[in-house]
Amino acid sequence: MNTSIKRRVFLKGSMAAGVAGVAVSAGLLAPQAVLAAWNEKAFHAKKVDEALSNLMGSAASTPSGDIKVKAPDIAENGAVVPVTVSTSIGGVESIAILAANNPSPLAAAFDMGKGAQGYVATRIKMGKTGDVIAVVKAGGKMYSARKGVKVTIGGCGG
Amino acid sequence: MAKSTIKIRAKVKGGVTTVKCLITHPMETGTRKDKKTKKLIPAHFIQEVVCTHGANPVMTAHWSGGVSKNPYLSFKFEGGKKGDAVSISWTDNKGGSDSATAKIS
Repeated sequence: MNTSIKRRVFLKGSMAAGVAGVAVSAGLLAPQAVLAAWNEKAFHAKKVDEALSNLMGSAASTPSGDIKVKAPDIAENGAVVPVTVSTSIGGVESIAILAANNPSPLAAAFDMGKGAQGYVATRIKMGKTGDVIAVVKAGGKMYSARKGVKVTIGGCGG
Repeated sequence: MAKSTIKIRAKVKGGVTTVKCLITHPMETGTRKDKKTKKLIPAHFIQEVVCTHGANPVMTAHWSGGVSKNPYLSFKFEGGKKGDAVSISWTDNKGGSDSATAKIS
């Protein structure tokens, strides 16, 4: 118990230092506001819940049948797993795609602007067999759906 | 850059525009090791992709190294017309960037 708390404090500290470091180097190389918007904490989180609470403010999502996650049942090459997320839920604000068993689960987050429909397709990497989770934020609420993908060759290691 | 790193196709059907794009990028996670030198290959991946239709930012994508090499992206939006310009620009963690524009067909 005690050691785990210490570890947590250490992680927090190193994370804060990391953020500062990125901010400084970004300022020197390319002073662009867009880099500040990138959610370092969420993308470096090691757990699905941790990533979601950093990204969307909460880890609690309701499973929904209105979200379709299209991904192969068996992915021969984990480095390229095509994922399509589509939803009939109206007023979609953002869509996040996570691979549950990846070292950093959050692969991509999409902020939908005016007129955008609840549909995104991309290709992600998967380290090993696990669920692909799609989290849709609409009208301030979070909905999720998942699909298991079996990976025969991992795509995250060397 | 002589050749654009982005390929875009945008098509309108029944008032809904489908945009598909392919970006050429190594997308290194920073956790992969070089087989010869046994050293970690530094992270190099796209962090943000912004897609605009006119002045309207239709979609902003934030990515990590968890997106595949040479990423593919597709999304749909309402309100596009034939001949409208759709532009996509990306920025990576090393400060590199590129952008491209295509007309909706």
